[in-house]
Amino acid sequence: MFERLRAMLRKEFIQVLRDPRMRAVLVVVPLFQVIIFGYAVNTDVRGVHLGLLDLDNTPASRAFVAAFTGSGYFSATRDLASPAETVALLDRGTVRAVLRLDSGFQRDLDAGRTAHVQLVLDGTDSNTASIVMGYASRIVATYGRSVLVEHAGRTLGAAPPPSLSMASRAWFNPNLDSRFYFLPAVIALLVMVISIILSSMAIVREREIGTMEQIMVSPIGRMEFILGKTLPFALIGFLDTALISVLATFWFRVPFLGSPLVLFVATGLYLMSTLGVGLFISTISRTQQQAMMTAFFFMQPAILLSGFIYPIANMPRPVQWLTFLNPLRYFLVIIRGVFLKGTGFEVLWPQMLGLLVLGLALLGLATTQFRKTSG
Amino acid sequence: MKLRRLWAVARKETLHVVRDPRALGVSIALPMLLLMLFGYALTLDVDHVPFVLWDQSGTAASRDLVSKFTGSPYFTLAGAAGGYGEIREALDHNRALMALVVPVNYGRDAAAGRSTQVQVIVDGSDANTATIVLNYAEAIVQTASRELGVRVAMARGLAPPVDPLDLRARFWFNSDMVSMYFIVPGLIAVIMMLIAALLTSLTVAREWETGTMEQLISTPVKGSELVVGKLLPYVALGSLDMVLAVAAGRWLFDVPLRGSLLVLGLMSLVYLVGALSLGLLISIVTKSQLLASQVAFVATFLPAFLLSGFMFDIANLPRALQVVTYAVPARYFIVLLRGVYLKGVGPGDLHLEGIFLLVFSVLMVGLSVLRFKKRLV
Repeated sequence: MFERLRAMLRKEFIQVLRDPRMRAVLVVVPLFQVIIFGYAVNTDVRGVHLGLLDLDNTPASRAFVAAFTGSGYFSATRDLASPAETVALLDRGTVRAVLRLDSGFQRDLDAGRTAHVQLVLDGTDSNTASIVMGYASRIVATYGRSVLVEHAGRTLGAAPPPSLSMASRAWFNPNLDSRFYFLPAVIALLVMVISIILSSMAIVREREIGTMEQIMVSPIGRMEFILGKTLPFALIGFLDTALISVLATFWFRVPFLGSPLVLFVATGLYLMSTLGVGLFISTISRTQQQAMMTAFFFMQPAILLSGFIYPIANMPRPVQWLTFLNPLRYFLVIIRGVFLKGTGFEVLWPQMLGLLVLGLALLGLATTQFRKTSG
Repeated sequence: MKLRRLWAVARKETLHVVRDPRALGVSIALPMLLLMLFGYALTLDVDHVPFVLWDQSGTAASRDLVSKFTGSPYFTLAGAAGGYGEIREALDHNRALMALVVPVNYGRDAAAGRSTQVQVIVDGSDANTATIVLNYAEAIVQTASRELGVRVAMARGLAPPVDPLDLRARFWFNSDMVSMYFIVPGLIAVIMMLIAALLTSLTVAREWETGTMEQLISTPVKGSELVVGKLLPYVALGSLDMVLAVAAGRWLFDVPLRGSLLVLGLMSLVYLVGALSLGLLISIVTKSQLLASQVAFVATFLPAFLLSGFMFDIANLPRALQVVTYAVPARYFIVLLRGVYLKGVGPGDLHLEGIFLLVFSVLMVGLSVLRFKKRLV
């Protein structure tokens, strides 16, 4: 049995690696994707382009504007000549928001009245707009507080009204760098895409170009055939995981706090599921195109409903239940835990159990189905 | 180019598509599924954030503050913690995203009218969610702070302090902050590229792999006829997807179309032809379905998804990648779509994007025709 399996594995490796372009694709595509993902997948809202319309132009208004430009959240500020320019700049997307101070800003402040400040935001991207709005309210609150303190200082003996403030700390990712969150997830994503597409197309290709019949008449058994068609891609999956982990840690400086062993075990469990899906797709497809389309039809929702970008907690309840059938969902929790929190088996065992159950079920389903269709 | 032969190729290719109900089904169902997911299931808006509470003060004042958190739709109390160790455990197990720590002297300070501080710890792994959570918490603390000022002033018989500043925000183009307005135009661009990656990228490679290319070579069909003929049925299919997506946007998600439908239709057709030809070109060059599928994924779908400004702001990318995005056609198409959809801007403001798409499209069709050789290798 082992000899036949070895022959089968050799054939598979030769078939995948024969084409020099395919060799390049297997290394270059994951690397390329990590670089692109690493730099592009980024939900940080920093360096927002801000337009300034200071119609008061007094020391007080300029000091207030300085609080905005000095906050670090805004960059490339641009002074507007007239209110009419607001429309043009926002239309063209030159600025994300325009801060407008009407004349009388300093007069109101000095008289102890409320001075009004207007912020016009480009709401097209609603997530970014609401985060920018949050930054602006924080700056305004801090500045307002300093005005109160200053006023109290001017009146002799008066104390400023007491305040309640908030000291905030972000654990696991003190600078709130979204890359830390996304890069480990990219590993999960790439392993899924590569293992499902390669394994699903591998069997169908034999069928489509007619070499399946030659394998049928050879002494290779079904189990050996299935192992021969999955093991090479499992190996590629492990290699890609290692490659991307190294790249993420040393190039992108994502902290790796957990143990490589936990990651290795979890990757194995995860590959059971993805290869099970790939194998199943190949049993229900006749052409490579069908296999690829079916794979995409599975992967698109699987990626979107995994918590990769959109948190599962925000989804409607029935959809949340559906995500329990998604292997990516479990692996994302594991890989993010291992990288960022340094958690191990004692915390992550429920997710690993989920992957194990799902993987056994999928592999079982695929082999039964394979028996039926190839029998 | 003879119309009769062109027509014959188009008919043959149409038969391929029609005879494979799954390919046809997926190319219509997948775009619809994506629209539904983005429309009904996926959102970055956060509410009901689970938080744990470590109330060291345990006074009426601290309970009053906590009730402001629990009473807000943004927060849900997930339990109490008795120290940083327990907070750590709650965050480790993802039972809570945030912890609120009220210091032991909170009640005393609030009663005496002294300034005081609470601590908020947030799970920073998901930076976007963490930022939003911190903004919510800050807003609640500010309200509590204002109330504290008013209460102390009244207790001392003084006039309540006046807020020195008042920030009024106005959201233009999308005043209700509906994320679908932003998603639908971008999604259309991604879907078109997806069709290209799934359908046209394999069509020529398949003929080579299954050996039917030899039969095609022996016919009098010319290369250009083959390329254009193979494109036609997919252009029809892509246009159908486009119409469905626009209709879903209009009637299902109420995304306003402020600009001209004609501009939208014409530019979509130009982009679609370019995207499909790119897929065809990949197929012609690789001659292998496995290879073509991998290359197509990286060349069509990925950039349209990641480097187009669909989900991730181009301004946030490092400079080098920003330069790369100038070569991503989806980038121009999305600017154009969002302009037409949300801002109602006409051809005058967007002619640069339009010209680029036209150049891309012509280039792709041209390259496909040039690279396609009717020769056995």
